[in-house]
Amino acid sequence: MGEFIMEKDQYILGIETSCDETAVAIIKNGREIVANVVASQIESHKRFGGVVPEIASRHHVEQLTIVLEEAMSQAKLEFKDIDGIAVTEGPGLVGALLIGVNAAKALSFAHQIPLVPVHHIAGHIYANRLVTEMKFPLLSLVVSGGHTELVYMKEHGHFEVIGETRDDAAGEAYDKVARTLNMPYPGGPHIDRLAQVGEPSINLPRAWLEEGSYDFSFSGLKSAVINTVHNAEQRGETIKPEDLAASFQESVIDVLVTKTLKATEEYKVNQVLLAGGVAANKGLRNRLEEAFGESNVELVIPPLSLCTDNAAMIAAAGSIFFEKGQRAGLNLNANPGLDITIHNQ
Amino acid sequence: MKVLAIDTSNYTLGIAIIDEEKVIGEYITNVKKNHSIRVMPAIEMLLKDCNLTPNDLTKIVVAEGPGSYTGVRIGVTIAKTLAWTLKIPLVGVSSLEILAAAVGRYFPGAVSPLFDARRGQIYTGLYQYENGKIKTVEKDQILQSKDWAKQLTNLSQPVLFVGNDLPLHREIIVEEMGEQARFAELTELNPRPSELAFLGMNRDGEEVHNFVPNYIRLAEAETKWIEANQAKDSN
Ligand SMILES: [Zn+2]
Repeated sequence: MGEFIMEKDQYILGIETSCDETAVAIIKNGREIVANVVASQIESHKRFGGVVPEIASRHHVEQLTIVLEEAMSQAKLEFKDIDGIAVTEGPGLVGALLIGVNAAKALSFAHQIPLVPVHHIAGHIYANRLVTEMKFPLLSLVVSGGHTELVYMKEHGHFEVIGETRDDAAGEAYDKVARTLNMPYPGGPHIDRLAQVGEPSINLPRAWLEEGSYDFSFSGLKSAVINTVHNAEQRGETIKPEDLAASFQESVIDVLVTKTLKATEEYKVNQVLLAGGVAANKGLRNRLEEAFGESNVELVIPPLSLCTDNAAMIAAAGSIFFEKGQRAGLNLNANPGLDITIHNQ
Repeated sequence: MKVLAIDTSNYTLGIAIIDEEKVIGEYITNVKKNHSIRVMPAIEMLLKDCNLTPNDLTKIVVAEGPGSYTGVRIGVTIAKTLAWTLKIPLVGVSSLEILAAAVGRYFPGAVSPLFDARRGQIYTGLYQYENGKIKTVEKDQILQSKDWAKQLTNLSQPVLFVGNDLPLHREIIVEEMGEQARFAELTELNPRPSELAFLGMNRDGEEVHNFVPNYIRLAEAETKWIEANQAKDSN
């Protein structure tokens, strides 16, 4: 009698609740989205001008089982089909993370499914694997509301932060500048839109930091923008907001793109992956596409829905960590300050 | 019928499993330790020690608050997820009622369970047994312990106070109420999860998706936002 060795499909369920999106997704064989549900709370936090942690936590409790059910029915799967439960362990808002972590543990316990902890930024990077296969060594530029990092990966599951922000994240600087220009929260998309029609005619600083450093700093730029606005007000001059937006955006993008290019050469990578919510920024996308257009380094930019927080990216990363045997016990806790190198095993 | 009860709403971590007329297992600690790390291992251990698997459970009862916002959410999240995924009913019970249910049964008067809520405030309510059943006399609320005690002097019966935070408010209560105030003994101050399980056993299950903790209070940012907008409206 002939024996068939059937490769069973692998299904990973991902849960993400680190900030203001309640998200559940199911990924088949690490790369195929079979369900991807995101309940955004942005409307609820808008009136406060930013995410309020206590309110975010309350919404997660209200939404999570609904989002879980929606994902399971989209995928037309049952829990006996799920191989692993991947959950964002950190970083993020501790109260928000706790909801996802405890729901994941309850599911893992109820159905005896292995629990796989995932670093939120590892998730953002692995969103790219839902677009195309990763080619190592690679470099990922992670830009979001809370992060600005250059991460080098020599292989799956290996993360080396070669540069990070020393003060504000790029997304934070966008939100603060947007507030100075009286734009509603979240400010990033508004600045991006304004910048498209403005002229980068105002001289703003670029923080290159010391020679050879891949770190970033945006607090000086943010202050320069605020000073420019105040000085103009005092002199009774008007600055065109679109020009200010364009100048600010150019300063941010200059530093991001130049440092990414330099790191690409030094680390001799095959791929550059854009990751994080700010990857939605048109200005940044365009400049990166220009910069890598002629190069033989492949530039990957995920679609918008995979750049902002979602659980497909957590499940995609979880799929790799699952294969590598990374597991958490039922004592898994939320870890708001988690280091990405936890996955380097 | 196997009911799992979960209470993480305050420092006391309580897990119980009851059968129709028997407490099969009960786990209680009262330490300042992280609930998130300990609840699921405690549930796992208790089920295992009782030779049960998750699929044997027929109902989940959870302490719905008031208490620590984060603490309540941990228990409620686990309870909702378990009830949803095991397709069994979920019942929420007031965290204060659990305390009152245990000590009020043989007490000829009303029971005021309490948790400290900082700045002289307490979470409390008033409960009393009637024909062997516990009844809510005053719903759960937050107020100054001094105001509460003053209010209770209008009652023509003794009031039994219970809860681990009694030492913080005992003096104030005695000052207002004198002999009318009684205090539960040390061994009765932890909420008993088996009591929680029995309270929820015969109550109807709630819609799992819509189940939310009873925080009593709005989030602080929300309160401030409402105040600011009312000020704007009245201008
Ligand atoms: Zn993110």
